[in-house]
Amino acid sequence: MTESNYDEIMRLLCDRLSSLTNSEVTITADTNLISELSIDSIKLLNLIMEIEDTFDISIPINALADVQTVHELASLISKIKSTH
Amino acid sequence: MNLLEKLDAAAAKRKALLPEGIGAFGIPIEEIYSATEARIGDRRVLLLGTNNYLGLTFSPECIQAAHKALDNEGTGTTGSRMANGSYYGHRALEREFADFYECCAGIVFTTGYQANLGTISGLVGPGDTVLIDGDSHASIFDGCILSGAEIIRFKHNDMVDMEKRLRRLGKRTETTLIIVEGIYSMLGDQAPLAEIVHLKNKYNCALLLDEAHSLGVLGEKGQGLAEKTGLLKEIDFITGTFSKSLCSIGGFCVSNHPQLDQLRYVSHPYIFTASPSPATIASTRAALQLLRNGNELRKQLWRNCTQLYTQLKKTGYTLGPEPGPVIAAILDSPRQALQIWQSLLEHNIYVNLILPPAAPDGKSLVRCSVNAAHTTEQIAYVGDTFEKLFRQVLNS
Repeated sequence: MTESNYDEIMRLLCDRLSSLTNSEVTITADTNLISELSIDSIKLLNLIMEIEDTFDISIPINALADVQTVHELASLISKIKSTH
Repeated sequence: MNLLEKLDAAAAKRKALLPEGIGAFGIPIEEIYSATEARIGDRRVLLLGTNNYLGLTFSPECIQAAHKALDNEGTGTTGSRMANGSYYGHRALEREFADFYECCAGIVFTTGYQANLGTISGLVGPGDTVLIDGDSHASIFDGCILSGAEIIRFKHNDMVDMEKRLRRLGKRTETTLIIVEGIYSMLGDQAPLAEIVHLKNKYNCALLLDEAHSLGVLGEKGQGLAEKTGLLKEIDFITGTFSKSLCSIGGFCVSNHPQLDQLRYVSHPYIFTASPSPATIASTRAALQLLRNGNELRKQLWRNCTQLYTQLKKTGYTLGPEPGPVIAAILDSPRQALQIWQSLLEHNIYVNLILPPAAPDGKSLVRCSVNAAHTTEQIAYVGDTFEKLFRQVLNS
């Protein structure tokens, strides 16, 4: 994964998550998507679809099972993008 | 949080949606009188929440066949198809399904759930891809999980999204299985099969069509969406269940690929379970004959579907996009849905209540299932009651 690629994804994710949650939590790489941001499954799926279109990738649902933090989601997207 | 505390947390979530004392889930049916009526508590209710689409649960042919099998072959096979559980009836039913669908191969499973679980996990594995509709039934999703294949989801019935995802797969489409359903169980809408077949051929994938809700319902012969659209020969694998139009329990897969037979040796949901009981197989065989000759039943079913759909639509309910045996009123909140469901029961009408996350897009559903045995008067009573509740609940 290239650094710029990962950084670009992280920036996009943080922006989108901030507008989705409207919470006081400062979003960092270690922020837990479910326990800290309380994103419900529908919002999360919509966000994933938006990201997929932005990067022209498909994220397998089973790969999301291992994703808990913003960093893990950014790494997954970056990995899929690099093999695409 | 330990294992039991996790269950407590899940139960608390459920109770927040559905207060104690309201038995919308797992409501006990005390006595069943016919294909359309039963007793719940002290009420004689009209059944509008079963999948008994052709109304065959009490057909004398099916009951007699089951009795005979029970007398002659006993209550159960006590074993797997791989061991001692393969009787003449199982093999005969497989041949009859293959013949019905003009296919060379057929396999019978113990439940409809296992038909999808066993077929999907037998066909694909790690390194392969499954492309599934966003509104897929849990049996499809669980089959995909069990397979270990990569699961890609496309937006429900959205062919632009589906093609986008096929394009993104590149060469991997050669090991991709597309899975769609003839009629979707939540909103009762049908898959755009002609466009799906076009994309399947364009990208060189395989296609599995689950006809669980469309078998017996669509097409002149009742084969389902594949027949209705004239695309039977284009479908690689068709799965379905015995527990809807065929009024028993079990499932099947048919195909024109002779390799289907290999599933008997690799599919755990087929191998590691007892085979269907002789009575189940016998009543299913009788029901399949009735289904094949059931054009009049289908016409009656569709008259009933159209009557109820038209009345609910005219009343102002938001419904799925097309009439069919599954007619779901889409409501904004669980509270509204619960109120309508409860009021319907007080009017002696039993329907299904579906709350988030089971319903699509965070909505709540009050879902009716229409069958061929409902009379015009029964359907009119249901329509009128929905109309009254629309004014009382949704306009209050």
